[in-house]
Amino acid sequence: MKRVAIAAAGITKFNKTEKPLDSLMLSSIRPIFENAKDLEQNDVDVVLTSTNANRNYLANIISELSGIKPKISHSVESLCNSGTNSLVSAYAYVSSGLADVALVVGGDKSDNPGLVLNWDMARGEYVHPIFWSSMFTSAHMRKYGTSLEDLAYVSVKNHKNALDNPYAYFEKSFSLEDVMASKNLTENVRLLDCSMPCDGAAAIVVCSEDRAKKITDTPIWISGIGQKTISASFTKNNDLSSMESTKNAVADAYRMSNKTVDDIDVVELHDAFSICEIIELEDMGFCQKGQGAKFVRDLYDTSDKMINPRGGLIGAGHPLGATGIAQVVEIYQQLTGNAEKRQVSDAKTGLVHNMSAGSTSSTVLVLES
Amino acid sequence: MTRFEDELKNNNFVCSKCTKCQHFVWPPSEFCNKCLGDTVWEPVSKSAKLVEISSKDGKSFCIAEFEGNIRVFGTISDSLRPNPGHGLVLEYCSYDDTPKFVFSVE
Repeated sequence: MKRVAIAAAGITKFNKTEKPLDSLMLSSIRPIFENAKDLEQNDVDVVLTSTNANRNYLANIISELSGIKPKISHSVESLCNSGTNSLVSAYAYVSSGLADVALVVGGDKSDNPGLVLNWDMARGEYVHPIFWSSMFTSAHMRKYGTSLEDLAYVSVKNHKNALDNPYAYFEKSFSLEDVMASKNLTENVRLLDCSMPCDGAAAIVVCSEDRAKKITDTPIWISGIGQKTISASFTKNNDLSSMESTKNAVADAYRMSNKTVDDIDVVELHDAFSICEIIELEDMGFCQKGQGAKFVRDLYDTSDKMINPRGGLIGAGHPLGATGIAQVVEIYQQLTGNAEKRQVSDAKTGLVHNMSAGSTSSTVLVLES
Repeated sequence: MTRFEDELKNNNFVCSKCTKCQHFVWPPSEFCNKCLGDTVWEPVSKSAKLVEISSKDGKSFCIAEFEGNIRVFGTISDSLRPNPGHGLVLEYCSYDDTPKFVFSVE
């Protein structure tokens, strides 16, 4: 297989706008062509779009609107991890030699229909994601003594990190008291424990080694990929204090990249809700099971931005189809030393974790400078 | 409207069961998700086991498990707060855009 690089990235402000999806996507694509050293539209032979907007022929529409006539163009949809699923498809096209340069763009509007998986009748009348989040939270609290305050620290930390992210949805910090006092959606999920659906788009260029050297002086290499889907039904998660698909995906990504958790300098993980960050830190090996809350508290106390430097989904917002790409954009910026106030010093290896529908599916990427 | 939804509307919880390997297929499907065999509709036991519990606005909701592998979200009608593993009884089920399951504590 050929080496595969990320050579350019673009992103929009995450907010709520009147802009249509096409326009958001094009807004994230434009800076790529403006800033890349040597990249023209006719160099792109794959265009992949990820969204939950139920839009027909979108990759071809975006190709036409951005002046690209690709060999391959199609959409990739997998709810919240649509973006990283697109990137994995792009990796496959480039590493196999079928394509040289792939443009991957993800975007969504806050009112897109993908927020709830209506197919999952096991959720009964409890269709909203807050209910699966509440089940993970109950299980983790019972098994490990996790407290509401522990959860609140995830939100406080990630909103604080988002203040240094000019593309983040939230532009204000929240104190521990603010989070604790925010509206109770269930007995253990408060409003500020939740990521916010919003509008936004993000784009990256995935390409071969030869092309990467023409496009940029600082390519970032995709060295590890792990993906696992255990089901589409949330209730197929057997152990609710853990995320089986994440554990599978991260093991594969570490194996492929020949890295361990000790090699990872910076992480974007899928904090759809506060409890997710705690469980994912444990399941990806950053701490022992039951120590996720303490790990988060230590990050907060030391102002360490290693985990979710852009503010995660809780601070930056969650436009579903864009989220996975936006996470990759952040790690790309971190590893190229362009993360400005969010920069984690000397970051050489990064990890992206993106999951879907109550962790029924997870994607993990290891990226290296 | 599927047979599953029709039966729920009549307060009957049925699920598809494989005629070949006798596995309850959840969510219901024409094909077995173990051996891809044909399925038929079978009534599901009213006895369930609590998997996890939480509450919203003072009303408990839970994941309950039937027949060892059919797990659904539902409401607990009692004010009791059982622990995972505790027995539940399906008091009532229905369908109105989504399935609805209501349990009492055994």
